[in-house]
Amino acid sequence: MSEVTFQYENETHRADTAVAGFWLFLASEMLFFGGLFLVWTVYRQIHNSGFNQASQHANLLIGSINTVILFTSSAVFAAALPAGRRGANRTAFWLCVVTWLLGLAFLLLKLWEWKTDLGEGLFPGPDFSITGPGSAGAPLFWAFYFVATGLHGIHLLVGLGLVAWIALMAYRKQLSASNATSLEVVSLYWAFVDVIWLMLYPMIYLSGHVG
Amino acid sequence: MSITLEEARESYLTEEGTLRSWLLTTDHKRIALLYLGSTTVFFFLGGIAAAAMRLQLVTPNGLIVSNETYNRLFTGHGVIMVWFFLVPVVPVTLGNFVVPLMIGARDLAFPRLNLFSWYLFVLGGLIAIYALFAGGVDTGWTFYTPLSTDYAKGHVVAIVLGIFISGFSSIATGINFIVTIHRLRAPGLTWYRLPIFLWSLYATSVIYVLATPVLAITLVLLAFERIFRVGVFDPALGGDPLLFQHMFWFYSHPAVYIMILPGMGVVSEIIPAFSGKRLFGYHFVAWCSVAIAVIGFLVWGHHMFVAGTSVYSAIVFSILSYFVAVPSAIKVFNWLGTMHKGFVRFDAPMLYALGFIGLFTMGGLTGLFLAALAADVHLTQTYFVVAHFHYIMVGGMVSAFFGGLHYWWPKITGRMYPEMWGRVAAIMIFFGFNLTFFPQFILGYEGMPRRYATYPPQFQVLNVLSSAGATILAVAYLLPLGYLMWSLFRGARAPANPWNATGLEWQTPSPPPHINFIVTPVVTQPPYNYPPPEAQEHV
Amino acid sequence: MSLLPQASRMAPRIDWLIIGLLIISVAVLLLVFGLMLLYIVRYRHNSNIDRGKIAEKTWRLEIGWTAATLLCFLGLFVWGARLYAQLYRPPGNALIVYVVGKQWMWKVEYPGGQREINSLHVPVNRPVELLMTSEDVIHDFSVPAFRIKHDVLPGRYEMVWFTADRPGTYRLYCTQLCGVDHSAMTGWVTVMAPADYARWLAASRTGQTLAQQGQVLFMRFGCSGCHHAGLSGGGGTVRAPSLNGVFGSPVPLSDGSVVVADERYIRDSILQPKTQIVASYEPVMPSFKGQIDEADIVKLVAFIKSLAGDR
Repeated sequence: MSEVTFQYENETHRADTAVAGFWLFLASEMLFFGGLFLVWTVYRQIHNSGFNQASQHANLLIGSINTVILFTSSAVFAAALPAGRRGANRTAFWLCVVTWLLGLAFLLLKLWEWKTDLGEGLFPGPDFSITGPGSAGAPLFWAFYFVATGLHGIHLLVGLGLVAWIALMAYRKQLSASNATSLEVVSLYWAFVDVIWLMLYPMIYLSGHVG
Repeated sequence: MSITLEEARESYLTEEGTLRSWLLTTDHKRIALLYLGSTTVFFFLGGIAAAAMRLQLVTPNGLIVSNETYNRLFTGHGVIMVWFFLVPVVPVTLGNFVVPLMIGARDLAFPRLNLFSWYLFVLGGLIAIYALFAGGVDTGWTFYTPLSTDYAKGHVVAIVLGIFISGFSSIATGINFIVTIHRLRAPGLTWYRLPIFLWSLYATSVIYVLATPVLAITLVLLAFERIFRVGVFDPALGGDPLLFQHMFWFYSHPAVYIMILPGMGVVSEIIPAFSGKRLFGYHFVAWCSVAIAVIGFLVWGHHMFVAGTSVYSAIVFSILSYFVAVPSAIKVFNWLGTMHKGFVRFDAPMLYALGFIGLFTMGGLTGLFLAALAADVHLTQTYFVVAHFHYIMVGGMVSAFFGGLHYWWPKITGRMYPEMWGRVAAIMIFFGFNLTFFPQFILGYEGMPRRYATYPPQFQVLNVLSSAGATILAVAYLLPLGYLMWSLFRGARAPANPWNATGLEWQTPSPPPHINFIVTPVVTQPPYNYPPPEAQEHV
Repeated sequence: MSLLPQASRMAPRIDWLIIGLLIISVAVLLLVFGLMLLYIVRYRHNSNIDRGKIAEKTWRLEIGWTAATLLCFLGLFVWGARLYAQLYRPPGNALIVYVVGKQWMWKVEYPGGQREINSLHVPVNRPVELLMTSEDVIHDFSVPAFRIKHDVLPGRYEMVWFTADRPGTYRLYCTQLCGVDHSAMTGWVTVMAPADYARWLAASRTGQTLAQQGQVLFMRFGCSGCHHAGLSGGGGTVRAPSLNGVFGSPVPLSDGSVVVADERYIRDSILQPKTQIVASYEPVMPSFKGQIDEADIVKLVAFIKSLAGDR
């Protein structure tokens, strides 16, 4: 008995159900990152000056380049969905590859950024380098930074795996109008990873420059 | 609705019996049994810890263990019972088994996700057990900072990792149930024809999906602070230990509604079935489940009335806490209303359900004491709180679980449990429970703090009473383990509908075939469609 | 097993609230159990009594018992909230005692310089305000006989107040899990008649009041090098705010806001001086974090509180 007739009225019913489930998963992910955003918001209120100072040490150049990279990858992958739906597997494959490479670029830049952050003494601890007047709370910002970008990075890494999986499906010419649910779910996920970054970007890189 | 004899004989239990077929099953019914096995193990592990604790407290200076070990015991007891028993048990055992049957579907929306959730649960559980046995954790299940981040010795990160992983099991189950109830209902099964058990599980699932992630991020931050010795809750860096408490309780209060809502759902199934009468106030009961879930997200601050929050926030949380108690009260009145003019039978499930009503009401009323701000100042952090939540969680929730287990046991196993033993156990649990926990209300008022390995001598008499009750309770909990296992081999074969209850799950054989329904049922009747009293025959 | 004594002015009021709750609870329980018993007997399945028709319009009943429940709850809420607000409003003439919790003992320090461990002596019929902080984890100071309890946090001062109205000794507990010897962190509160209390204070004197001990620390740690305090201090090359009369007065800060200098402000100024800079001053005060423990900070706070204004 095929999966459709076992449970579902038809293929659309099954596809919609899978997507509905994934939206719920994304809701839980929003609450997950939401808790982190709450921490940032609370402490920025309490330690406004320290957070502004801390944010000024964030690498605005890399952060902005990464934002453009991720944003572009979202646009690219968004084009893969209609391609997959109409069975244009070759197109979809290359779109996946470009997305994947952009995502990888993001991660590599991020790792390099971490390296420079650590070199500048921005990991909270006894050697924390932001001291001086008005700096109270700066270590909290940087603790938040490493946790948030770390978690985001892990999500991006998982996303790379998922995009590679879709690329494989496209390589095997498996995408079609009736077999695009996986692609749809992964594109939702990739968009979500982008959305989280678009919230982190101003929190980390811009907040100190409008203080 | 006809089923061939061959198909009826080949139930989900008897088709392919290899280990592989069980461990790689996607059948919700088998997964429910996998969960039943693992949650039972956790229940007894947590119970052993409790037994050791009650033994310790027989004498003021502590009978059997050091202070350090005692702290580890109650932490282990709390962590196991909360995250590896109460939070999952009814949804993943009874829910997994019954939900597709109740809605006339062949399985949940995502059967493979269901199996994956069990593996996550077991993995999380194994990691937590490792942490407990490799030396333990002594922070309490609440992990308050800075004790848990900077001062406690022990395997905090490991146990927190175990809880974190099991949280994803919860989220997966929640997603599965919500989507299933939305999209896989049989034709004619409108929302207002759904059994209340499904409304309760729906509300529970919403909490699973929205609250658990907040716990997850809180635990991540906790682990980060513990590993790197630097973090967001550390006052030395300008952090606020109260922020941990807010985030922790934002999950952990809704978590108690995760625990109780399914139990209320079970009771809402049992009472009509054993009163031979439709549920009183169905719409109210359904929406009360939703109300409990929603308002339950707004009361977390009542765990912090003496923690250092402002008077204003305390006032807001107090009134909201009173609001959240109202829907529960409404449910109790509706259950009583169901029994009114019914045809009450006293089979074991009903005894458990009646026990639930009594004990849950007692627990809920004592919640009113704690919601009253000035009274809470005196009673919080004492045994009064311990008694309060055990009345609801154990007296209520565990009774409901046992009730549901007995109610659906014929459907799950195809066997009847021995009725006399069922009644004996239900009654013994009720009395053992009260003897264990009622003295604790008095101890709390008198000032005995919770989480104390030793205590002043004036508290000894009540402690001894409580420990005596715990012995009775322990035996009472072992009884079902015994006779239910026995029934698997020697119990009478169960018909499709041993209770003459309404509901789609009773329209399939006991136990059901793999695909539940050969032909998808069509629903045309309201729920709990028992004939009115004048049309019933008195048996 | 004796019943808990009522040893503070608030205790009877809180007990009345608890009794009120108890009465309501018992009434509800009698109702629920009573109906349950009634129904399982009267409507058991093999009883032949006439059951008549089931009520169809149930919503009036539902609204009815919902409204009754809500009304009752609102009453309890108001009652509890009003008492709670009183618990958080200490009278102005309270005697202040400092409490520092640490794993696993309570250090108590009196303005007169007396100090004790795991013990608190207070006069009868006089409001006492405890200013409490922790040196390590969160503890909780609880005296059941007074019906008071409050968490004690590291990094800040928390307040609890009471007026003891019965001489005697009463148990004091730590009621927030704080580590291995949490259950050993207990003690006694002794309430004494005024004359006895005065005698106890005199006998326990350490030779210096808390403020005097604070003054010694003030000089030892070099504070007097920059800050005016009393007739001495200041006069160095660094311009620092005078501390005379600072306690309780508004302090304008460099970011434009104004704070009232309370114990918290003083403690934060010593440990995190860069967080709140007084307007028109340079942020040059060093932090003394790690150099002064909470018990000594309490002495410095007491000293600064004792400084009369020169403005």
